[in-house]
Amino acid sequence: MASDTLPGRVLARAPWSPGAWRDTAHAASGAPLQLAGWTIMAAPWLVWTPVSTLPVTAALLLPALLVLVLLRPATHAQRERMWAMLGLDVPAPAPRPGGPLRGPLRALRTEDLWREVRYHLVVGPLLACGAVGVLLAWTAGAALAAVHAYAWALPPGGPLAAGGHAVRLGLLTAAGALLLLAAPWLAAGVRALDARAAVRLLGPDPAAALAARVADLAGKRADVVDAADLERRRIERDLHDGAQQRLVSLALNLGIARATLTGVPDDAMRAIVDAHEEAKEALAELRDLIRGLHPAVLEDRGLDAALSGVAARVPVKVRLAVDVPERASSTVEAVAYFVVSEALTNVVRHAGASVVDVAVRRDGARLLVTVADDGAGGADPARGTGLAGLARRVRSVDGTFRIVSPAGGPTTLTVELPCAL
Amino acid sequence: MRVVIAEDSVLLRAGLIKLLETSGFEVAEAVGEAAGLLAAVDRHRPDLAIVDVRMPPGHTDEGVRAALVLRREHPGVGVLLLSQYVEERYAADLLSAHTSGVGYLLKDRVADVAAFLDALRRVAAGGTALDPEVVSQLLLRRQSDPLDRLTPREREVLALMAEGRSNAGIAAALVVSESAVAKHINGIFAKLDLPHAEGDHRRVLAVLRFLEGGT
Repeated sequence: MASDTLPGRVLARAPWSPGAWRDTAHAASGAPLQLAGWTIMAAPWLVWTPVSTLPVTAALLLPALLVLVLLRPATHAQRERMWAMLGLDVPAPAPRPGGPLRGPLRALRTEDLWREVRYHLVVGPLLACGAVGVLLAWTAGAALAAVHAYAWALPPGGPLAAGGHAVRLGLLTAAGALLLLAAPWLAAGVRALDARAAVRLLGPDPAAALAARVADLAGKRADVVDAADLERRRIERDLHDGAQQRLVSLALNLGIARATLTGVPDDAMRAIVDAHEEAKEALAELRDLIRGLHPAVLEDRGLDAALSGVAARVPVKVRLAVDVPERASSTVEAVAYFVVSEALTNVVRHAGASVVDVAVRRDGARLLVTVADDGAGGADPARGTGLAGLARRVRSVDGTFRIVSPAGGPTTLTVELPCAL
Repeated sequence: MRVVIAEDSVLLRAGLIKLLETSGFEVAEAVGEAAGLLAAVDRHRPDLAIVDVRMPPGHTDEGVRAALVLRREHPGVGVLLLSQYVEERYAADLLSAHTSGVGYLLKDRVADVAAFLDALRRVAAGGTALDPEVVSQLLLRRQSDPLDRLTPREREVLALMAEGRSNAGIAAALVVSESAVAKHINGIFAKLDLPHAEGDHRRVLAVLRFLEGGT
């Protein structure tokens, strides 16, 4: 692009370029409002000079109050100006509850209000001075550069009269031209500073914005986790109401056929028997699948009942202690259930343990799950996908996952979950 | 033998009716919710009611509550609960009221036609039929008790007893002789300090009472 080279950049800031005029208009349009704060503060003193305490206090306090009330409208006006003239969208600051009068008073101790004060009473007036400088540069530059045009009209014999002062007039013209060339740069500088100040001081607090963003993301993640959990439950219900009922009915009918049909050829009977056995196996598999998804007993009866079901099904002695007087959110319960059932599966597969202690305890807003076995140990989340999946699922609800498993055992898995997302 | 069925799944209801009718039972009425069950039992005075745990309107434990009412108002009617999953508290609720003429099976078990019909007859005759999963969950709860004194074999025998099996049935399941089973059972009684009592189902009643922590 042409503007990247030095001549290009100089041309882009030429006095006749649109950018120069836009920046100048921007600076000039901001000045009145940027000066308004101090104008209001100074107004009483311009018309009258109080001497006794009460009027002095009033002359100080009332304008200050007025400025305070006008802060927010002024901020909005400045944001609008940024948008209208520069296309710069300064995000709206946090709303100030409490109405136009009580709102600012209540907000006196907030960082937000003082950032606005800094713009309207400190940075703004300085920028306004800059804007005045820009206007001076334009006008003085124009006047000086055009000195030849009206030199003839000056009184003869005066210091600037045409003729005889060619050098002086030449210098004045050159100074004017320089001022005209400099004015766009000055305007651009004021514009850039103003834009930065507006974003920093008139928009929302960056730290607060970050905090809001974190809260927003945390909320969204909780929504996603909840949605996934809800989806699992929906699938469970669909399977239960649909496929499972059909399969039970199918297996039942095959069972009736197997038990009551007589005089059937041997191979046909064998087919019926096979089909019946297959149907029963499919039923068992479907039941296991549904349990893995989101067992209905968990939703109806809570962790204690659901986990005693899990514990009763594994072929190893399980000592189960569940102490959860107040139920956690269903998503968290599902994670705890998943943790225990996966951990028990792991113990059965790898640990060769003789007894497993499972404890689920509610501690304030946390749910503590421990699964301890006396097996071979040496479990490593980095190697097995099962443990890594467990850790992932725990992390998805902001839980912590710790496993201590020295070679030779014992293994203790500790999971801490927040009870509410 | 007359049976009333309360089951909200139309498919399963039809399947059960077909199974029972082809197996020599008489299905007096089949209903889809708990309130209808009580009315149907009042009307027909059946030998047995087959009750789904989860039924309209709440789809939680309507069946269990109806079963408890049934046991109170019609002690002569056997009640067999069918459930999608094992909830030991349901079983405990049911067993704490009466330990005879009750059953609690997973729904899937209906596919095992012979065993299911056997369980039906047992319950109708005043016996019990507990799902092996119910028994193992109940055992899980009691394992800090004197049950720890039992040998693994005695635990197996106890679990089979709790399901409602006879000595012969236990012997067949464990592939041992009936006299060995009787020896184990005596050992169990001795270790659990169970008093001798009269009646056909003495062992089962005693085991069940023990399982609910009543001894």
